[in-house]
Amino acid sequence: MSTRITHKAARPDVRTRLMTYGIHHLRDFISSLGRLVATPASSIMTITVIAIALALPTGFFLLLQNLQQLSGRWDGAARISVYLQTSATQQQIDNLSQTFSQRSDVLDVEVITQAEALESFKTASGFGDALTALPENPLPATLVVTPTDTASEAVTQLDNMLRAFSQQPLVDSAKLDLEWVKRLYSIISLVERGITIIAMMLAAAVILTIGNTIRLDIQNRQTEIRVQKLIGATNAFVRRPFLYTGLWYGLIGGVLSWLLLLVATGFIQGPTQRLIGLYNSQFELTTLNLQVTGWLMLAAITLGLLGSWLAVGKHLQHIEPGH
Amino acid sequence: MINFSGVFKRYPGGRDALSDINWHLPDGEMVFLIGHSGAGKSTFLKLITAIERPTRGQLVINNTNITKLPRFRVPYLRRDIGVIFQDHQLLYDRTVFDNVALPLIIAGHDHREVARRVRPALDKVGLLSKEKLLPVTLSGGEQQRVGIARAVVNKPALLLADEPTGNLDPDLSREIMNLFAEFNRVGVTVLVATHDVALIETLKQPVIVLKEGRLIYDGLRPEEFLPNKPAMTV
Repeated sequence: MSTRITHKAARPDVRTRLMTYGIHHLRDFISSLGRLVATPASSIMTITVIAIALALPTGFFLLLQNLQQLSGRWDGAARISVYLQTSATQQQIDNLSQTFSQRSDVLDVEVITQAEALESFKTASGFGDALTALPENPLPATLVVTPTDTASEAVTQLDNMLRAFSQQPLVDSAKLDLEWVKRLYSIISLVERGITIIAMMLAAAVILTIGNTIRLDIQNRQTEIRVQKLIGATNAFVRRPFLYTGLWYGLIGGVLSWLLLLVATGFIQGPTQRLIGLYNSQFELTTLNLQVTGWLMLAAITLGLLGSWLAVGKHLQHIEPGH
Repeated sequence: MINFSGVFKRYPGGRDALSDINWHLPDGEMVFLIGHSGAGKSTFLKLITAIERPTRGQLVINNTNITKLPRFRVPYLRRDIGVIFQDHQLLYDRTVFDNVALPLIIAGHDHREVARRVRPALDKVGLLSKEKLLPVTLSGGEQQRVGIARAVVNKPALLLADEPTGNLDPDLSREIMNLFAEFNRVGVTVLVATHDVALIETLKQPVIVLKEGRLIYDGLRPEEFLPNKPAMTV
């Protein structure tokens, strides 16, 4: 070649290109939302599927949180109930209580006399009238022993205490109230695993749903992609609107799932409050707080981007002009 | 501007689409590329726009060696080449203005600059009054002119046209060809692939002829390839 002058089409300077790069992002962000709005029927269906797939594990998670909180309140509340024979006199009961209190592994001993037991049974059960019909108080006096160490590792120690108490002459039977707590714990950890598996499967479903929607979108816009590439569009330029579409699907799906959860928790709010009221508990219900909402949105957007990224990575490469 | 040296192109399957092409197109020239369908015209243009790569030989476009150009550099090469297609390749869900603006948007111009350049380009092809219309509402000739406006809006140094008058009547074809000649007069290098021999005769421009993948003629008046019959194809 006689000259070494390279002919370049007029090109904007770096500052302009950076600025317009930002504007491009903003434009793609808005126009990809516009595309969703332009095809409302299919968009709504996709978004609903995403919302349900997100709402299910989140709902389970909320349930689990509340269960854990519920069991947490009884954590360390392992107590040994020592039921005494009805023939035991008040003096004997006091002596036994003294003996138990002196043990190093006992933190506290509470005495529930026969009369007190009857009184609390009357108010709690509503069978008070039936009891008055009985000639004498059938309820035994009880010593409620709080062990020093109630950690789960101390189970054998608790068992030893239990045996020692049972062998006392005045004692009818001794019972450890720990069993159900242990059972609840193992059930919760099982449920936790189950929810993790369900959440992972539903996350995959969200990714595939969004990926498939974006794949169809890419197919429908093949001509546009070819023309863009032919007149100098980079892969990043072509990719961007599809990634934003995925982001929107995730974001709107997340908002809709939040609304679904709001309706669902509202629906069970009444019965739950009544249940808590029955247990006379100070229990604080975990609802859709800021933290849960934040995680839900983050997961929704991440899954949306991930789904579209996978679709774009797999399908956009193959669309080249002239093929 | 364009320099083929010993270029071969073989598609998977074994057929040689182009064989041993040696050709130089100097800056500022306007040349017609003619040949039967299947002679290799499309492959020739595809090599220049890096849609296809040479199997053998060196191809230099605008001082860029296409043979070694990495994929990610290809878009930047294409921004310096305006391409016009027989089937226009317009985006039918966008207005005339937006179609013409696309190369500028891709290159990263701000919206004021885009407007400042799109309007003169549309004016040049006589479609300024139709900037807000969708391409489907335009006639074939008008759509082709939108394609031309889009190809020149970024002021490329090289203009390629693939059968630009294929679907147009003779008057419209002449109009389009005159547009190309005008761009050439202001320094744009132009390469037009066409069947339209009658038009080439009136324009008196150099011609190259492809036959079965080989360059068999490069000159000004190829009488043997252009019999004096209107609209006859070689």
